[in-house]
Amino acid sequence: MGFNISNNYKAVVIGGSAGSFQGVTKILAGLPQDFELPIIMCLHRLKHVRNGFVEALSIKSINPVVEPSDKESIKRGKVYLAPSNYHLSMELGNTFSLSTEDMVNNSRPAIDITLESAAYIFKEKLIGILLSGANRDGAIGMKKIKERGGLTIVQDPAECMIDTMPKAALSITSIDHVLRTDQIIQFFSELNKSTIKQ
Amino acid sequence: MFDSQKMFTGAGGFSEHSSEKIQEVEIADLRKITQAIKNCYGYDFTDYAISSFKRRIQRILELYKIPTVDQLIKKIESSVTFFEEFLAEITVNVTEMFRDPSFWREVRDHIIPNILLNHDTFSIWHAGCSSGEEVYSMAILLKEMDILDKVNIIASDIDKPILTKAERGEYNMKNMELNEKNYIRFQGKSSLRDYYTEKNGKAVMDKSLIERVSFRNYDLVQGNVFNKFDLVLCRNVMIYFNQNLQNTVLKKLYESLFRYGYLAIGSKESLIWCEIANKFIVVNNEEKIYKKIKE
Repeated sequence: MGFNISNNYKAVVIGGSAGSFQGVTKILAGLPQDFELPIIMCLHRLKHVRNGFVEALSIKSINPVVEPSDKESIKRGKVYLAPSNYHLSMELGNTFSLSTEDMVNNSRPAIDITLESAAYIFKEKLIGILLSGANRDGAIGMKKIKERGGLTIVQDPAECMIDTMPKAALSITSIDHVLRTDQIIQFFSELNKSTIKQ
Repeated sequence: MFDSQKMFTGAGGFSEHSSEKIQEVEIADLRKITQAIKNCYGYDFTDYAISSFKRRIQRILELYKIPTVDQLIKKIESSVTFFEEFLAEITVNVTEMFRDPSFWREVRDHIIPNILLNHDTFSIWHAGCSSGEEVYSMAILLKEMDILDKVNIIASDIDKPILTKAERGEYNMKNMELNEKNYIRFQGKSSLRDYYTEKNGKAVMDKSLIERVSFRNYDLVQGNVFNKFDLVLCRNVMIYFNQNLQNTVLKKLYESLFRYGYLAIGSKESLIWCEIANKFIVVNNEEKIYKKIKE
């Protein structure tokens, strides 16, 4: 197996930017019906459009997609999306926190912030996935996930609409798997089976 | 297909923003810092939300090229001037005029008309006003409603230099593009340009807007209740506190409101899990506007 099941994974974080919407929708629609790990997503989005994105992602998703409020608890079986114009972090005690700090990599929400914070909270019990995108946001976050023992996956640059983001991650840290979206779905399915067997 | 541990380690060429010599901040360090500040200056950061506080500290180490937390603490303890700069860096001062235009439309179209049903004059508190964008937004809104002279406004912040900036009302022209876009979405009566003049790359806000605004250096965490208001805005301030401190501050905001007064918090904040929630009703859940209904 390409993942260490004894790790007892607690969460999945996904970062994506330009060209990632299709991949994300496909992944959310392809999740096993009983997939329980919380999925925390930070996707670059328009700063001034508060509504619509969550609804669009929800249409085909197996699990409900929500934008967390500040201090909301992280629950199993849910998909969380960083709200527009806020950075999304996690706190000890399994809650989210939001912030309006400066943009990072020209972005708010910034993928590096969400990934780094998740790495800090979930350590080796985290799976980080970085999808298509046109800038380098998320690369440092993936590095932090690796440093803390988590599992790192990037979308196969050959499949990406824009491959700058996964390539940036590949250039600064070791990535456990380079996968197409259908392989990511298969990965989740295998992960789910072995989790249930346990 | 996942049998092989494929490892892709690439060559460098991409350097991280942080210098390697600078220490990575851990939670134990945060405790040391908050304790030192409490002892020296009386400010209490113990109950700030850890993730953002940690990032702010890390940022300060990098900004001032201070390699270790111990050295940072020494600097804080030995220099009041440095501590003031530290305070300015630790508080988040990123804001925009008419942030969330739909919120401002709600205030103009429903909240203020409701207050006016029972009062000829009323009072507003901007709790944590930062560099003042929200204060000018409110003043413009009131001016366009033709009631600017009927409202007393207090704008407070923990950070003195940022209050001076708010009072000066000079903003980089490059920010005005976003502010103007927000104002258009707010559907204001004229153009944001009518409320400032351009001078050396800065937008200088019309001073008459803040004639009835008092700026006050006030710490929401340690300060006492000092007045009562019809409308309190505390948007995206409490997100930097943990739940414990949110409860304390909310109680203070509650006590600073007249009965049937309004409280506005950030669009992604919530009162639900606060002890005092049952003393408010939700007026607009989308815009996070609440009304105090019980004394």
